[in-house]
Amino acid sequence: MKFGVVVFPGSNCDRDLVWVTQGLLNQPTRLIWHEESDLSDIDVVVVPGGFSYGDYLRCGAIARFSPVMQSTLDHARAGKLVLGICNGFQVLTEAGLLPGALVRNRDLNFICDRVPLRVERTDLIWTGGYQKGQVITVPIAHGEGSYYADADTLNELEDNQQVLFRYCDANGNATPESNANGSLNNIAGICNRQGNVLGMMPHPERASDQALGCVDGFALFEGLLKAMPAIA
Amino acid sequence: MTQKYQAQIYVTLRPSVLDPAGTAVQSGLSHMGYTNVDQVRIGKYVEVTLNADDEDAARQQLDRICDELLANPVIENYRFDLTGS
Repeated sequence: MKFGVVVFPGSNCDRDLVWVTQGLLNQPTRLIWHEESDLSDIDVVVVPGGFSYGDYLRCGAIARFSPVMQSTLDHARAGKLVLGICNGFQVLTEAGLLPGALVRNRDLNFICDRVPLRVERTDLIWTGGYQKGQVITVPIAHGEGSYYADADTLNELEDNQQVLFRYCDANGNATPESNANGSLNNIAGICNRQGNVLGMMPHPERASDQALGCVDGFALFEGLLKAMPAIA
Repeated sequence: MTQKYQAQIYVTLRPSVLDPAGTAVQSGLSHMGYTNVDQVRIGKYVEVTLNADDEDAARQQLDRICDELLANPVIENYRFDLTGS
Protein backbone atom coordinates (compact mmCIF):
# COMPACT_ATOMS: atom_id res chain seq x y z
CA MET A 1 0.00 0.00 0.00
CA LYS A 2 1.59 3.25 -1.10
CA PHE A 3 1.06 6.42 0.89
CA GLY A 4 1.45 9.92 -0.48
CA VAL A 5 1.78 12.75 2.01
CA VAL A 6 0.94 16.17 0.58
CA VAL A 7 3.31 19.01 1.42
CA PHE A 8 2.07 22.61 1.19
CA PRO A 9 4.18 25.60 2.14
CA GLY A 10 3.47 25.64 5.87
CA SER A 11 2.67 21.95 6.36
CA ASN A 12 4.41 20.68 9.48
CA CYS A 13 3.06 17.21 10.24
CA ASP A 14 4.15 15.69 6.93
CA ARG A 15 7.30 14.05 8.25
CA ASP A 16 5.53 12.66 11.31
CA LEU A 17 3.20 10.87 8.91
CA VAL A 18 6.07 9.48 6.85
CA TRP A 19 7.60 8.22 10.08
CA VAL A 20 4.40 6.27 10.77
CA THR A 21 3.59 4.89 7.32
CA GLN A 22 7.17 4.21 6.24
CA GLY A 23 9.04 3.96 9.51
CA LEU A 24 6.53 1.98 11.57
CA LEU A 25 4.32 0.35 8.94
CA ASN A 26 7.08 -0.33 6.40
CA GLN A 27 4.94 0.91 3.53
CA PRO A 28 6.32 2.85 0.57
CA THR A 29 5.61 6.52 1.14
CA ARG A 30 6.46 9.64 -0.75
CA LEU A 31 6.07 13.31 -0.03
CA ILE A 32 4.01 15.08 -2.70
CA TRP A 33 4.89 18.74 -3.25
CA HIS A 34 1.78 20.90 -3.69
CA GLU A 35 2.69 21.75 -7.29
CA GLU A 36 2.65 18.08 -8.33
CA SER A 37 -0.43 16.63 -9.95
CA ASP A 38 0.37 13.00 -10.78
CA LEU A 39 -0.97 10.79 -7.98
CA SER A 40 -1.39 7.67 -10.12
CA ASP A 41 1.08 5.65 -8.03
CA ILE A 42 -0.61 6.49 -4.71
CA ASP A 43 -3.18 4.38 -2.84
CA VAL A 44 -3.76 6.66 0.15
CA VAL A 45 -3.41 10.43 -0.11
CA VAL A 46 -2.79 12.02 3.29
CA VAL A 47 -3.28 15.77 3.71
CA PRO A 48 -1.30 16.57 6.85
CA GLY A 49 -1.55 19.12 9.62
CA GLY A 50 0.17 22.47 9.69
CA PHE A 51 -0.58 25.92 8.37
CA SER A 52 -0.91 25.53 4.61
CA TYR A 53 -0.18 28.79 2.81
CA GLY A 54 0.08 30.42 6.21
CA ASP A 55 -3.63 29.73 6.83
CA TYR A 56 -4.15 33.07 5.06
CA LEU A 57 -7.74 34.13 4.41
CA ARG A 58 -9.15 30.99 6.08
CA CYS A 59 -7.53 27.73 7.16
CA GLY A 60 -7.24 25.56 4.06
CA ALA A 61 -8.79 28.12 1.72
CA ILE A 62 -5.79 28.69 -0.53
CA ALA A 63 -4.51 25.11 -0.40
CA ARG A 64 -7.70 23.97 -2.03
CA PHE A 65 -6.67 25.51 -5.37
CA SER A 66 -3.23 23.90 -5.58
CA PRO A 67 -2.53 21.40 -8.38
CA VAL A 68 -2.14 18.54 -5.89
CA MET A 69 -5.62 19.19 -4.50
CA GLN A 70 -7.20 19.10 -7.95
CA SER A 71 -5.67 15.63 -8.35
CA THR A 72 -6.75 14.69 -4.84
CA LEU A 73 -10.34 15.51 -5.82
CA ASP A 74 -10.03 13.09 -8.76
CA HIS A 75 -8.42 10.50 -6.47
CA ALA A 76 -11.35 10.78 -4.05
CA ARG A 77 -13.98 10.75 -6.80
CA ALA A 78 -12.44 7.51 -8.10
CA GLY A 79 -13.27 5.99 -4.70
CA LYS A 80 -9.67 5.90 -3.51
CA LEU A 81 -8.64 6.76 0.02
CA VAL A 82 -8.02 10.30 1.25
CA LEU A 83 -7.17 11.16 4.86
CA GLY A 84 -7.06 14.74 6.13
CA ILE A 85 -5.67 15.43 9.60
CA CYS A 86 -6.08 18.77 11.39
CA ASN A 87 -5.22 21.40 8.75
CA GLY A 88 -5.77 18.57 6.26
CA PHE A 89 -9.36 18.23 7.53
CA GLN A 90 -9.81 21.99 7.05
CA VAL A 91 -8.47 21.69 3.50
CA LEU A 92 -10.86 18.82 2.69
CA THR A 93 -13.88 20.81 3.88
CA GLU A 94 -12.78 23.87 1.92
CA ALA A 95 -12.33 21.65 -1.13
CA GLY A 96 -15.86 20.30 -0.73
CA LEU A 97 -14.74 16.71 -0.20
CA LEU A 98 -16.29 16.82 3.25
CA PRO A 99 -19.30 18.86 4.42
CA GLY A 100 -19.23 21.65 6.99
CA ALA A 101 -16.38 23.86 8.16
CA LEU A 102 -13.92 24.22 11.03
CA VAL A 103 -14.25 27.49 12.92
CA ARG A 104 -12.49 29.13 15.85
CA ASN A 105 -12.48 27.14 19.09
CA ARG A 106 -15.31 28.04 21.44
CA ASP A 107 -13.14 28.97 24.39
CA LEU A 108 -10.71 31.39 22.74
CA ASN A 109 -7.64 29.22 23.09
CA PHE A 110 -5.32 27.23 20.94
CA ILE A 111 -5.69 23.74 22.40
CA CYS A 112 -2.66 21.47 22.66
CA ASP A 113 -3.72 18.45 24.64
CA ARG A 114 -4.44 14.75 24.66
CA VAL A 115 -8.15 14.11 24.61
CA PRO A 116 -10.42 11.07 24.73
CA LEU A 117 -12.34 10.19 21.58
CA ARG A 118 -15.16 7.71 21.12
CA VAL A 119 -15.00 5.52 18.03
CA GLU A 120 -18.50 5.61 16.58
CA ARG A 121 -18.41 2.88 13.96
CA THR A 122 -15.95 0.25 12.90
CA ASP A 123 -17.33 -1.08 9.63
CA LEU A 124 -15.28 1.37 7.57
CA ILE A 125 -11.71 0.88 6.48
CA TRP A 126 -10.52 3.73 8.70
CA THR A 127 -11.70 2.32 11.99
CA GLY A 128 -11.65 -1.45 11.49
CA GLY A 129 -8.79 -1.66 13.99
CA TYR A 130 -10.98 -0.39 16.83
CA GLN A 131 -13.99 -1.62 18.78
CA LYS A 132 -17.30 0.19 18.46
CA GLY A 133 -17.63 2.62 21.36
CA GLN A 134 -13.95 2.28 22.25
CA VAL A 135 -12.43 5.32 23.96
CA ILE A 136 -9.02 6.23 22.60
CA THR A 137 -6.67 9.05 23.58
CA VAL A 138 -5.25 11.14 20.76
CA PRO A 139 -3.51 14.53 20.74
CA ILE A 140 -5.18 17.64 19.36
CA ALA A 141 -3.42 20.91 18.52
CA HIS A 142 -5.53 23.59 16.89
CA GLY A 143 -7.05 27.04 17.25
CA GLU A 144 -9.76 26.55 14.64
CA GLY A 145 -11.10 23.05 15.03
CA SER A 146 -14.67 23.61 16.10
CA TYR A 147 -16.84 21.68 13.68
CA TYR A 148 -19.75 23.63 12.22
CA ALA A 149 -22.43 22.70 9.71
CA ASP A 150 -26.00 23.88 9.18
CA ALA A 151 -28.77 21.87 10.80
CA ASP A 152 -29.70 19.96 7.63
CA THR A 153 -26.10 18.94 6.95
CA LEU A 154 -25.65 17.89 10.56
CA ASN A 155 -28.78 15.73 10.43
CA GLU A 156 -27.60 14.18 7.21
CA LEU A 157 -24.21 13.36 8.75
CA GLU A 158 -25.86 11.68 11.72
CA ASP A 159 -28.49 9.85 9.64
CA ASN A 160 -25.79 8.43 7.39
CA GLN A 161 -23.48 7.64 10.32
CA GLN A 162 -20.68 9.75 8.90
CA VAL A 163 -19.33 10.73 12.31
CA LEU A 164 -16.43 8.39 13.10
CA PHE A 165 -14.91 10.12 16.15
CA ARG A 166 -16.49 12.23 18.89
CA TYR A 167 -14.92 14.12 21.79
CA CYS A 168 -15.99 12.41 25.00
CA ASP A 169 -15.09 11.95 28.66
CA ALA A 170 -13.01 9.07 30.00
CA ASN A 171 -16.11 6.87 30.11
CA GLY A 172 -17.08 7.53 26.52
CA ASN A 173 -19.87 10.01 27.21
CA ALA A 174 -20.00 12.82 24.66
CA THR A 175 -20.83 15.58 27.14
CA PRO A 176 -20.65 19.38 26.70
CA GLU A 177 -17.77 19.45 29.23
CA SER A 178 -15.73 16.93 27.24
CA ASN A 179 -16.32 18.80 23.99
CA ALA A 180 -12.81 20.15 23.65
CA ASN A 181 -13.42 22.96 21.15
CA GLY A 182 -17.19 23.46 20.96
CA SER A 183 -17.76 21.28 17.91
CA LEU A 184 -21.39 20.66 17.05
CA ASN A 185 -22.44 17.19 18.26
CA ASN A 186 -18.90 16.77 19.73
CA ILE A 187 -17.66 15.95 16.23
CA ALA A 188 -13.92 15.23 15.99
CA GLY A 189 -13.85 13.32 12.69
CA ILE A 190 -16.19 12.61 9.80
CA CYS A 191 -16.15 10.72 6.54
CA ASN A 192 -17.93 11.38 3.26
CA ARG A 193 -21.06 9.47 2.32
CA GLN A 194 -19.06 6.80 0.46
CA GLY A 195 -16.62 6.39 3.35
CA ASN A 196 -13.39 6.72 1.37
CA VAL A 197 -12.57 10.24 2.61
CA LEU A 198 -11.87 10.84 6.31
CA GLY A 199 -11.18 14.17 7.99
CA MET A 200 -10.31 14.53 11.66
CA MET A 201 -8.88 17.26 13.88
CA PRO A 202 -7.03 14.86 16.27
CA HIS A 203 -3.57 13.61 15.27
CA PRO A 204 -3.37 9.80 15.10
CA GLU A 205 0.18 10.08 13.70
CA ARG A 206 1.26 11.66 16.99
CA ALA A 207 -0.11 8.69 18.86
CA SER A 208 1.51 5.87 16.92
CA ASP A 209 5.08 5.50 18.15
CA GLN A 210 5.58 3.95 21.59
CA ALA A 211 8.36 6.49 22.19
CA LEU A 212 5.70 9.20 22.42
CA GLY A 213 3.85 7.43 25.20
CA CYS A 214 0.59 6.75 23.42
CA VAL A 215 -0.21 4.46 20.51
CA ASP A 216 -4.00 4.72 20.27
CA GLY A 217 -3.78 6.27 16.81
CA PHE A 218 -1.74 3.50 15.25
CA ALA A 219 -4.70 1.16 14.74
CA LEU A 220 -6.07 3.59 12.18
CA PHE A 221 -3.01 3.15 9.94
CA GLU A 222 -2.58 -0.56 10.70
CA GLY A 223 -6.26 -1.11 9.96
CA LEU A 224 -5.82 0.18 6.42
CA LEU A 225 -3.29 -2.55 5.67
CA LYS A 226 -5.41 -5.28 7.21
CA ALA A 227 -8.49 -4.13 5.34
CA MET A 228 -6.76 -3.98 1.97
CA PRO A 229 -4.30 -6.88 1.92
CA ALA A 230 -4.41 -6.93 -1.89
CA ILE A 231 -2.45 -3.72 -2.09
CA ALA A 232 -0.65 -4.05 1.22
CA MET B 1 -12.34 48.82 -23.90
CA THR B 2 -12.07 47.66 -20.30
CA GLN B 3 -12.45 49.90 -17.34
CA LYS B 4 -10.89 49.79 -13.90
CA TYR B 5 -13.14 49.06 -10.94
CA GLN B 6 -12.53 49.09 -7.21
CA ALA B 7 -14.47 46.74 -5.00
CA GLN B 8 -14.77 47.02 -1.24
CA ILE B 9 -15.76 43.56 -0.09
CA TYR B 10 -17.14 42.76 3.37
CA VAL B 11 -17.06 39.14 4.53
CA THR B 12 -19.03 38.45 7.68
CA LEU B 13 -19.82 35.36 9.72
CA ARG B 14 -23.32 34.02 9.24
CA PRO B 15 -25.53 34.94 12.20
CA SER B 16 -25.81 31.26 13.17
CA VAL B 17 -22.04 30.89 13.57
CA LEU B 18 -20.61 31.77 16.98
CA ASP B 19 -17.85 34.37 17.00
CA PRO B 20 -15.63 33.79 20.06
CA ALA B 21 -13.21 36.51 18.91
CA GLY B 22 -16.05 39.03 18.75
CA THR B 23 -17.17 37.96 22.21
CA ALA B 24 -13.61 38.47 23.49
CA VAL B 25 -13.50 41.97 22.06
CA GLN B 26 -16.86 42.76 23.61
CA SER B 27 -15.53 41.57 26.94
CA GLY B 28 -12.49 43.85 26.50
CA LEU B 29 -14.75 46.79 25.72
CA SER B 30 -16.78 45.99 28.81
CA HIS B 31 -13.58 46.10 30.93
CA MET B 32 -12.85 49.51 29.41
CA GLY B 33 -16.19 50.74 30.67
CA TYR B 34 -18.20 50.43 27.47
CA THR B 35 -20.82 48.34 29.19
CA ASN B 36 -23.50 49.45 26.74
CA VAL B 37 -21.98 47.36 23.90
CA ASP B 38 -24.38 44.48 23.27
CA GLN B 39 -22.51 42.56 20.64
CA VAL B 40 -19.34 42.55 18.54
CA ARG B 41 -18.97 40.46 15.39
CA ILE B 42 -15.66 40.40 13.54
CA GLY B 43 -15.43 39.99 9.78
CA LYS B 44 -12.99 40.67 6.98
CA TYR B 45 -12.60 43.60 4.63
CA VAL B 46 -11.00 43.01 1.23
CA GLU B 47 -10.14 45.56 -1.45
CA VAL B 48 -9.98 44.27 -5.01
CA THR B 49 -9.07 46.27 -8.11
CA LEU B 50 -10.04 44.68 -11.41
CA ASN B 51 -10.49 45.44 -15.08
CA ALA B 52 -13.82 44.60 -16.68
CA ASP B 53 -15.87 45.52 -19.76
CA ASP B 54 -18.65 47.09 -17.73
CA GLU B 55 -20.10 47.20 -14.24
CA ASP B 56 -22.27 44.13 -14.75
CA ALA B 57 -19.30 42.05 -15.82
CA ALA B 58 -17.32 43.30 -12.83
CA ARG B 59 -20.14 42.42 -10.44
CA GLN B 60 -20.57 38.94 -11.89
CA GLN B 61 -16.87 38.25 -11.62
CA LEU B 62 -16.73 39.54 -8.06
CA ASP B 63 -19.62 37.26 -7.10
CA ARG B 64 -17.67 34.30 -8.40
CA ILE B 65 -14.48 35.43 -6.65
CA CYS B 66 -16.35 35.74 -3.36
CA ASP B 67 -18.27 32.48 -3.73
CA GLU B 68 -15.21 30.48 -4.72
CA LEU B 69 -12.52 31.92 -2.49
CA LEU B 70 -13.01 35.08 -0.44
CA ALA B 71 -15.98 33.74 1.54
CA ASN B 72 -16.86 30.24 2.63
CA PRO B 73 -20.63 30.04 2.08
CA VAL B 74 -20.92 27.41 4.82
CA ILE B 75 -20.03 29.94 7.51
CA GLU B 76 -19.85 33.37 5.88
CA ASN B 77 -21.85 35.97 3.95
CA TYR B 78 -20.42 38.71 1.79
CA ARG B 79 -21.42 41.96 0.15
CA PHE B 80 -19.45 44.51 -1.83
CA ASP B 81 -19.51 48.11 -2.97
CA LEU B 82 -18.20 48.82 -6.45
CA THR B 83 -16.83 52.05 -7.84
CA GLY B 84 -15.43 52.77 -11.30
CA SER B 85 -12.49 55.07 -11.79
